[in-house]
Amino acid sequence: MPQAAVIAGVGHTAFGKLEGRSTVSLNIEAARKALADAGIEKSQVDGLFVKAPTSKFEMMYAQKLAEAMGLMPRIGGVYDHGGASNISMISYAALAIEAGQCDIALVCLADNPATGSRHAYEKSWGDDDVFGWFGVPSGYAMIAQRHMAEFGTTRDQLGAIVTACRNHGAANPHAQLRKPLTLEQYRQSRPIVAPLTRDDICLVSDGAAAVVVMSAERARQLKVAKPVSILGFGQGQTSWEVVQRPTLTSTAAAASAHTAFKMAGLQPKDMDVAQLYDCFSIVPLMTLEDYGFCKKGEGGHFVEGGRVALGGDLPLNTAGGLLSETGMPGLQLVIEGVRQMRGESVNQVKGAQKCIVSNQGGIMHTHSTLILGQ
Amino acid sequence: MSDIDLPLPQRTELNAPYWDSLAQCQLSFQRCRRCGHAWLPARTECPSCLEADWHWQPASGHAKLVSWVVFHIAYHEAFKNRLPYNVAIVELAEGPRLISNVVGLTEPGDLTIDQALKLRIELEGDFALPRFEPA
Repeated sequence: MPQAAVIAGVGHTAFGKLEGRSTVSLNIEAARKALADAGIEKSQVDGLFVKAPTSKFEMMYAQKLAEAMGLMPRIGGVYDHGGASNISMISYAALAIEAGQCDIALVCLADNPATGSRHAYEKSWGDDDVFGWFGVPSGYAMIAQRHMAEFGTTRDQLGAIVTACRNHGAANPHAQLRKPLTLEQYRQSRPIVAPLTRDDICLVSDGAAAVVVMSAERARQLKVAKPVSILGFGQGQTSWEVVQRPTLTSTAAAASAHTAFKMAGLQPKDMDVAQLYDCFSIVPLMTLEDYGFCKKGEGGHFVEGGRVALGGDLPLNTAGGLLSETGMPGLQLVIEGVRQMRGESVNQVKGAQKCIVSNQGGIMHTHSTLILGQ
Repeated sequence: MSDIDLPLPQRTELNAPYWDSLAQCQLSFQRCRRCGHAWLPARTECPSCLEADWHWQPASGHAKLVSWVVFHIAYHEAFKNRLPYNVAIVELAEGPRLISNVVGLTEPGDLTIDQALKLRIELEGDFALPRFEPA
């Protein structure tokens, strides 16, 4: 068992349209707030892990950011797992700390697709363009269609996830979309790439987030006010394009969760609250299955009856997730997990002591899991 | 049909036999001489045994539908007049999978998972495309 690491501080920018802000500027704002939250100085940071901005790829981006922040880190760099990058980087930071490669790591991401380049969201898939095969929603729609056909998963079951996230986000003052959604409204949502509709698809957002990772011992020495324990983490890389996957309805999320649960010595039933990557409504449903909260094919049934809404057995995405808080790829879910463990969420789950967080990237190409505890 | 040209595939040395074969009304795939694995799209090495010893083989044209979607928005000008249209994942009887369209339907979503399909080659510009219809 590795020496326990903690998330010592968190920070984020506003979410939505942040006209004229570069990703470097957004990263610095989030980092400044995370350092202040942890109560530490910039000079104490010796690890810098940053996700490649989705909106625009740049060579040596971590070095550009380090210069702008006046840092010469011992370890770090840019990591590209798409939306899974954040938890993957938190994991690598914890491993690096354990191995003596750094003392205090900053993990951050920034993106500006709303006012910068939307290139990454209007994707060409090369030679298959001729068949009209474009974009990211289409791949998730392929997976959703197969799941619905194999297991009888319904639009209303996807709607149970969407309405929960939207209603949770409505209470979050930082959320980009604070418009609650009824199942009746969800049913009227306009098709984009059927079977998925507008309300099944996450927001496009500018914004940044950052977290500070250090050992529990270091947090005690530095008298960090509200450290949250990292109990387990894992990864699973499905990697292949959707068309090439032997199975469309499960992914390496299962391996990722297995590793994380084993490391934490915990099981799905021990989780009090879940922050599951919800770029598309089908994703949390399949994640719940692959994580073992229910059997494969029973995710639709699992989310019915308010189970994932506030007050249910397993409240999901209590700050609104990608469907409501911000479409930013992933770190906002970790930050909400931290708020839940600190007892500071606007939708606080009473007595919550364990939170599971998932990140994933591409079209379920990558996956990483984080288990947080008090 | 749209007046705007479709975004056509990039012809390369590697995939030329694939498109040439389709122009001769034959869908082909690669098969490894070492391990027998079959695949599409064109690759330089076998993804199963990693050897580069393969050849092109004709497909029977028998296939099944793995999944499909129906586009209600156009990501490219050429598809604006084709909405709504389907895109499908098709698995050939020999194993390789490809992205395609299922044609010959009353409605673009009038499909059933795992249903049998057969090849129907259609011309788009200079390219003969492998599309499918219900078997």
